[in-house]
Amino acid sequence: MTERFVTRGFVGRRTQPGAGDVRDRIPPGQYLTTDFPVLSAGPTPRTPLDRWSFTIQGLVREPATWSWDQFMALENREWVVDISCVTKWTKLDMRWRGVSVDTLLERVELDPTAAFVVAYSDGGYTTNLPLGDVLNGQAFVAWEYDGKPLAPEHGGPARLVVPARYFWKSAKWVRGLRVQAEDEPGFWETLGYHNRGDQWLEERYSGD
Amino acid sequence: MASPIAWRIATVGTIRDETPTVRSFTLGLPDWPGHRPGQHVDLRLTAEDGYSVERSYSIASEPERRGEIDLTVERIEDGEVSAFLHDVVEPGDRLEVRGPIGGYFVWEAPLGGPLLLVAGGSGVVPLMAILRHRRRTGSHVPTRLLSSSRHAEEIIYRDELDALAAAGDGLEVIHTLTRSQPTGWAGYARRIDDRMLAEVLEPLGVSARVYICGPTALVEVAANAMVRLGLPPDRVRTERFGPTGT
Repeated sequence: MTERFVTRGFVGRRTQPGAGDVRDRIPPGQYLTTDFPVLSAGPTPRTPLDRWSFTIQGLVREPATWSWDQFMALENREWVVDISCVTKWTKLDMRWRGVSVDTLLERVELDPTAAFVVAYSDGGYTTNLPLGDVLNGQAFVAWEYDGKPLAPEHGGPARLVVPARYFWKSAKWVRGLRVQAEDEPGFWETLGYHNRGDQWLEERYSGD
Repeated sequence: MASPIAWRIATVGTIRDETPTVRSFTLGLPDWPGHRPGQHVDLRLTAEDGYSVERSYSIASEPERRGEIDLTVERIEDGEVSAFLHDVVEPGDRLEVRGPIGGYFVWEAPLGGPLLLVAGGSGVVPLMAILRHRRRTGSHVPTRLLSSSRHAEEIIYRDELDALAAAGDGLEVIHTLTRSQPTGWAGYARRIDDRMLAEVLEPLGVSARVYICGPTALVEVAANAMVRLGLPPDRVRTERFGPTGT
């Protein structure tokens, strides 16, 4: 390990709240924000709810598809989670309503070789996750943020949310999950960003 | 597995004022691997006790310049990093950066055009890398830049943009000033809207490649308008910054 570099004259504002429990929730290299910044590639797609559906396909015995109304009728709950974006902001206690990916996967029978999912979205966006990263309450599909319908620029009508990974894994405008045996890097993962994206390990870019 | 993008020590060279709140920093990086126009770097500041902060900044310079890059940084009120860069950093200082990063908001001459670039405020920075690269490679791709600033004195790179547009190689620069306009101002004098975008796009046509960078509200307006005007969404590339205002 080389000696740590010190920037001449830099003290830092230390504007991060002083309480240790809050500081401990901010991953390395991140700063706290109270805004909800918008970052996405390309125009915001707008799919009317009567043409919206969510599908689980791929290595499943029978694909499952829900209309918007059917999706709303699924068992759902409030989720309060901390979110970190690779562009460096972290926002604490973000309050969503949505359905657990566990609930969705209960409706299909997974092939024994199933090991990865690719979340795919309106507009062509994709992102990949190991199945193990979306099970056991680690991921949900949200349609409400802070008590209001999820705005299109934030991924509405519905987006995937995977709080334990950088936010690009939380696919906006999500329309389904494709279950696969092999990993398949998604949009940002093929453009130099890390394949897994664990913010606590600072897995920002390919090779980190 | 790729190796990590290494942190490098850059030496600050020239510092130039672009506007009262925007400054460009030349960073000497002798072993810089090169970048693509539109890419960014991460910059890290570290205090004596190990406290550190990181931010991402677009590269303003063209890849044809070797061994150094320019960053153009707006001083954000309460900006922990931008205020430090503006108020403390001097030529000769050393700064930690790593990059280049990002492979989406990128244009290189072989991609061709026509090209429409839309900038809000300091969103012009990665677009300037594209324009400088276009110039350096001798590209004649028909190109229009629509740049939105609040006041005339806040137009970033104004003289250089004028010079680039005067070169007669197919570049036109169109400004809009949203808050105040000098006497005799002949450009647009309002926020970017659908009608303005339709007028600016018209000579290029719907086969244009579009790059939009700026605050979220501007990017939403511009990108949505492009789709309504008939451009395929995958030819409209966006880079957003700042809060949503909600």
